[in-house]
Amino acid sequence: MPAPPCTSCHTARAALRRPRSGHALCGACFCATFEAEVLHTVLAGRLLPPGAVVAVGASGGKDSTVLAHVLRELAPRLDISLQLVAVDEGIGGYRDAALAAVQRQAARWELPLTVVAYADLFGGWTMDAVARSTAGLGRSRSCCTFCGVLRRRALEEGARLVGATHIVTGHNADDMAETVLMNFLRGDTGRLARGGGLGSPGEGGALPRCRPLQFASQKEVVLYAHFRRLDYFSEECVYAPEAFRGHARDLLKRLEAARPSAVLDLVHSAERLALAPAALPPRPGACSRCGALASRALCQACALLDGLNRGRPRLAIGKGRRGLDEEGPPGDRARPPASEAIPAF
Amino acid sequence: HEQKCVKCKEGPPVVVIRAGDAFCRDCFKAFYVHKFRAMLGKNRLIFPGEKVLLAWSGGPSSSSMVWQVLEGLSQDSAKRLRFVPGVIYVDEGAACGQSAEDRAETLAQVKLVLQTVGFPWHLVALEEVFGLPPSVLCCSVPEPTGAEGAYKAAVDSFLRQQHVPQGEGAQDGSSPAQEQGQLCQPPMQKPLGLPSLAGSPAAAQTEALSRLFHSVKTLTAKEELLQTLRTHLILHVARAHGYSKVMTGESCTRLAVKLMTNLALGRGAFLAWDTGFSDERHGDVVLVRPMRDHTLKEVAFYNRLFAVPSVFTPAIDTKAPEKASIHRLMEAFLLRLQTQFPSTVSTVYRTSEKLAKAPRDGRAAGPRCLLCMCALDVDDADSATAFGAQTSPHFSPMQPPAEARPPPAPCCVPGVGRAQGCCRGACGRENPHVCVIEQLCYGCRVNMKDLPSLDPLPPYILAEAQLRSQRAHVLQEVQEYLIVDSDGEATES
Repeated sequence: MPAPPCTSCHTARAALRRPRSGHALCGACFCATFEAEVLHTVLAGRLLPPGAVVAVGASGGKDSTVLAHVLRELAPRLDISLQLVAVDEGIGGYRDAALAAVQRQAARWELPLTVVAYADLFGGWTMDAVARSTAGLGRSRSCCTFCGVLRRRALEEGARLVGATHIVTGHNADDMAETVLMNFLRGDTGRLARGGGLGSPGEGGALPRCRPLQFASQKEVVLYAHFRRLDYFSEECVYAPEAFRGHARDLLKRLEAARPSAVLDLVHSAERLALAPAALPPRPGACSRCGALASRALCQACALLDGLNRGRPRLAIGKGRRGLDEEGPPGDRARPPASEAIPAF
Repeated sequence: HEQKCVKCKEGPPVVVIRAGDAFCRDCFKAFYVHKFRAMLGKNRLIFPGEKVLLAWSGGPSSSSMVWQVLEGLSQDSAKRLRFVPGVIYVDEGAACGQSAEDRAETLAQVKLVLQTVGFPWHLVALEEVFGLPPSVLCCSVPEPTGAEGAYKAAVDSFLRQQHVPQGEGAQDGSSPAQEQGQLCQPPMQKPLGLPSLAGSPAAAQTEALSRLFHSVKTLTAKEELLQTLRTHLILHVARAHGYSKVMTGESCTRLAVKLMTNLALGRGAFLAWDTGFSDERHGDVVLVRPMRDHTLKEVAFYNRLFAVPSVFTPAIDTKAPEKASIHRLMEAFLLRLQTQFPSTVSTVYRTSEKLAKAPRDGRAAGPRCLLCMCALDVDDADSATAFGAQTSPHFSPMQPPAEARPPPAPCCVPGVGRAQGCCRGACGRENPHVCVIEQLCYGCRVNMKDLPSLDPLPPYILAEAQLRSQRAHVLQEVQEYLIVDSDGEATES
């Protein structure tokens, strides 16, 4: 049975149906529509002003690959310049292969690439070292908690190195949906209060960040990469099976099967959450060690590293955060629940 | 050594509440009853003498709630509950595909329990929504409850009146003792205008309801529609009989599931109303959830230990597979996650308490959703999910592409000098579906996508949609002549 004509240009044969609407489109029109929607997101949210130097968090995966590609197409229209920043967390067998993909992309697109490594930034603590340090503690390792916080710090450092004014990451609608589900399941009102917007405007000296692909569903990102024949690295991180996010992802897949618009519906919900004033996190100050944004004496990155260096890796994990601000043995147990310093997406 | 109740250290333990806390029968009862009273007491919303309608589904939680009210009203005066109860039971058999015989059997059991409880009762069938007037969808402004001290003052004055000799005491809200005398009150006559046989709804209505639910394509949408219609019906009965409060029996577990479900349905803006203790969106009638602190497990234990009567009725999703609806999925997921992280349900519930009802940008007086009556959470200028996601409601690949591409624009574009070309006044003529859709909040819009045609809906919904769009059209025509009050109040009611 011959394919129907594209509903947009009416000339070419349709090559796909958009997951969210069922419209039949040819490859070129789909890509054009996809790019138009990203452009709309950026313009309507005023995310990247003209003249911005934009650091793209490039992991080699499909999301950041598509992000970089689309922004490169849109760069003339938006009047921005792009810098690729890749983070090497030191995960053997995974990150090296991903970085190779980023190198190829940088060469092909002729974009400058900077690589920042945990080992350099954080005193030799690669993720593999963190995993070893937190292994065998009875509870789950929480590697992903470390990695998320440290990566954001690393990205910030990399962006500063190249003189960027904005940071963009490739989080898509599925990521946002998973995040809001996760935050509710874990009762993280701090993140719920901060998240859901279009990114962070950059408080306390941190660079403003945003997620231009925020409203693109994962399936469409994959389709776009397919039609533009983009080369990316598609394996899962070695530690991913341990992350709590896996539960949220599993739930999201099931929800999507029951109702295809579930992802967008969740994003819509996330944008409109209203938390009671009492539940909102306090205005953050500055970390006493590195000066970054922090809601307590130490920012989360410093706190986590502190714990690692003192041989007590779980020090800053969870709600207790006992003995955090002291140099000696743990003291009082009366700590208010932790609220993370760096807004995590 | 033999285990004892952790509370009184005397009685034999019969039930474990949390890990390691075993209670004896009496302590458990005290704990359970205390939770109920405390929930009502600390919120101070139910005034003495107020008429409260108890929404009883026959299920364990609402049955427990009714029982708590019954016991609470009959205690000695110091701790006695002080409002005036009524019970409503909605027969949803037609929507669930039950046969007439099964429904009759269920109703017989229901009546037995209602008679045992002894409050004035209202037995309605869901199909009676086909006789509802459009006014049920209007929120009336509630009478101002007054300052903070109003509750205490009301309680004090009520107590004072209790001590007055009978002749004067009969003037204030009738005391529960009088209410008990209405034990033999017959089921309320249907105030809905359609002739019906003693107690049973018109066959045409049953047929219409059945047709409506058959036309809904997904179980998720059916569930939501069922809840919506049920709410409207209960609201109508409450208003018709002077009830200013409606109590529903959702437990902590159910509310945690409801929160996550509604999140997935796009109702993030309304979670505080959907899952909080009180829901005042309807204005004159306030929904209250006194069982929200009780877990399903506690309810089940209590009902069993103290023989609380309930009536099992199959629901619309009974025996449906797990992935059949969002509701089912979420429930299964949460309960499964709970086995691995035992605090999941309580964590979600606690988070629900931290949600606020404040509208995000302070525009409280916006238009309300036609179906769920919450302030609309969709802007056309919404950059996020409106763009690209709001496709034509009934798009199918067969339709010509031209009308499918742009998001549904309002029929009547605001603009004073606009030619009268577009559908004037009666929006219904050109594109009735679009007129209804644009009066719905995001969540309700997504649900309506699963209805191929809006025709089987009860007439009051379509009528009210028509009324509203006509009103909006008229307003737009005279907009330039209206004077807006200095404190921002629109002059249109």
